[in-house]
Amino acid sequence: MTRQTATKERAPGRLSLRRYVGDLGIVGYLIRLAILLIFAIYFVVPLVWLLFATTRDPNSLYTSWFPFTFGSIDRLVTSWTNIIGYQNGEMLLWLGNSIRYAGLSLLGSLAICIPAGYILAIGRFPGRRVLLWLTLITMLLPVSAMVLPLFLELNLAHLINTQWAVILPAMFFPFGVYLSYVYYGSSLPRELVDAARVDGCSELRVFWDLALPLARPLLGLLAFISFNANWNNFFGPYVMLNDDKLYNLPVGLNSVVAATSALRPGFNPTPGATSFVQADAAMAAMFMIVPVVIVFMFSMRYVTSGAFTGGVKG
Amino acid sequence: MSYLLAAPYIIFMAIFGIGPALYALLMSFSKFSAGVPQYWAAGLDNYSLAFGDSRFFQVFGNLLEFLIVSVPLGIGFVVLLALLLDMRPGRFSSALRLLYFIPGAVTGPALVLLVICILDPTISPFGPLFHFVGTTNFDGLVFPDSLPFVFTLMGFFSGAGMWIAIQHGGLQGMSKEVIEASELDGCNAWQKARYIKLPYMRPYIVYQTILIFALNVQLFVEPQLLTSTWVQANVPPQWAPNQLAYSYAFDVGNFGAAAALSLLMLAIGLAGAVVMIRLTGFFKLEA
Repeated sequence: MTRQTATKERAPGRLSLRRYVGDLGIVGYLIRLAILLIFAIYFVVPLVWLLFATTRDPNSLYTSWFPFTFGSIDRLVTSWTNIIGYQNGEMLLWLGNSIRYAGLSLLGSLAICIPAGYILAIGRFPGRRVLLWLTLITMLLPVSAMVLPLFLELNLAHLINTQWAVILPAMFFPFGVYLSYVYYGSSLPRELVDAARVDGCSELRVFWDLALPLARPLLGLLAFISFNANWNNFFGPYVMLNDDKLYNLPVGLNSVVAATSALRPGFNPTPGATSFVQADAAMAAMFMIVPVVIVFMFSMRYVTSGAFTGGVKG
Repeated sequence: MSYLLAAPYIIFMAIFGIGPALYALLMSFSKFSAGVPQYWAAGLDNYSLAFGDSRFFQVFGNLLEFLIVSVPLGIGFVVLLALLLDMRPGRFSSALRLLYFIPGAVTGPALVLLVICILDPTISPFGPLFHFVGTTNFDGLVFPDSLPFVFTLMGFFSGAGMWIAIQHGGLQGMSKEVIEASELDGCNAWQKARYIKLPYMRPYIVYQTILIFALNVQLFVEPQLLTSTWVQANVPPQWAPNQLAYSYAFDVGNFGAAAALSLLMLAIGLAGAVVMIRLTGFFKLEA
C-alpha cells in the first residue's frame, strides 16, 4: 500500500503512458481495447442502422451502406404515422398490453423466485434436491410440449383469451429461481445467516431482514431478465390469445410484418395488405426495443451498485 | 418453515410446470382423431411415428450442430468480455457494458426482422464486408449449412450483453480483500483475471452453460419466422425439433406425435444437462 502511495506522490498530475496502461501492459492494453471495440461495432452498428432506417426510403437503403445515413424527416414522420395508425392505433394498444403483461409477470415472478432461490441455497430440508432437479427439468421443457397442455388447463379455468393466460404462466420462472439460488449460494456469507439464527431469528425473519436487503444487485438483474423474457414472449400470447386487441407487441409485430412485403421485395402481398417498406418495419421494431432500453437503464443501477461487499465486516 | 418460502414456487411449478408436463406425457400415448383424445389408445405408435419420420434425425442433427457451435462460443466470448471489462472499472467500461447490453432489447420477431436486413448484402451496413468476402445476396449468407452460425450470431447479439451483466453482477460479490491481497502479491491485471476472478466466476459460468443449453434447445421463433412466415429463405421448413413438433400439432393435428417428439427432446436435453452437471458439479455451489 505504502509503495503505491509513494509512486503516486512522485508524479502528481503528470500523464505518463506507463502509468496510464497500468498493470495491463502496453500490448495488453491495446489488445483489450481492440477486442472491446470490435465487439462494440458488432453490437451497435446493426442497431444504429435500424434506428436510421426509420428515416430512409428503400432507394436510400440500397444506395448507401453507411449506418449513420439520415434519410429525411418526412420519411420518419411517415413511418411514425403509418405505424401509429396501423389498424386504428392498435400498435399503442399492444404497447400498453405488453407493458401490463410484462410488469405484472415481473412482480409475480420476483415474489416467487427470490424466496425460493434463497431457501434452496441456504436451507437444508428434505426435498431440496428434488426441487432443484425439478427446476432444471422445467427449464428444459420444450415449449412445443407445454403449449397444448397449458392451453387446455387455462381453458378449463376459463382464462383463455384473457390477460391472465399470459401473465400467470409467466410468473413461473425457474430460470429466476436458479439465478437467485446461485446468487445467494455464492455471495451470501454463511456466517451471517448462522449468526442470525443463533440470535434466535426465525427463518422468515432472516430472509426478510438480512437476505432481502442484500439482494439489490440480484433484484436488478432478475427484474431485467424477467421483464425481457416476458416482453419478448411470443409463443404464449400467440397461442393463448385470439383477440387482436389483447395481443402483445411481439405477436402484433408479427402480424404487421406478415401483412406487408417490407422484408420481401418482389413478394406480392395479399390484396388489401398494407404497403409498408423497411422504414415502417424498423419503426415497428423500435416500439419493442425502446421500452426495454429504458427498463435497462433503471435496473442497471441496482446491478452495479455492488451492495454486497463488506457484508461480513458490518 | 423452509417450505413457507418455497411454497409459492412449488405451487406454480405444479400448475404451470409439472402438471402440463405430465399431461404431455399422457398425450404422447394417446390417439387424436378429429381432435378428440383417446387416452392410452396409441401405445407407442406416436413414438414410432416420430422415430420413423425421415426428418427426425435431420432436425436433431441440426440442433446438435447449433449447440456445438453456440454454447462454447457464447460462453467463451461472454467470459472474455466480462473479464476484460472488469479489468478497468470506470466510465469507459460501464458505457461499453451498456452498449453490449442494448441489443438484449431485440429478440424474437424484432431480432429476426433486424437480421433479415443485416444479412441482406444489398442494404446491410456490413454490405462492403460481405462483398469483400464475395457474397452478394441473402441466399449466399443464409443457407442450410450456415444456419448454426447464423442462429449463433443472432443469439450472441441479443443475449451476450445480459450474460456479461450477470457475470459482472457476480464479480461485484467478490470480496475486495482478496483482490487487494493479490495486488500486494504482485499480480497484474491479466493474472488477476486468470487466477482470481475466473475461478470465482465458476458457479456463474456453470449456470450460464446450463441456461444457454436449455434456451438453445428451445430454438423455435427464429427458424420459424425466417423460413416460412416472413421470407422464403433457402432453409427447410422444419429445421429445429420444436418446429417439427409444432408442425405435427398444428399442420397435421396429431397432438400425440407432437407430445411424443417433445418428450424425446426433453429426454435428450436432460441427458445433456445431466452430463454437464456431472462434469461441473452444478448443485455444489460452495467452491
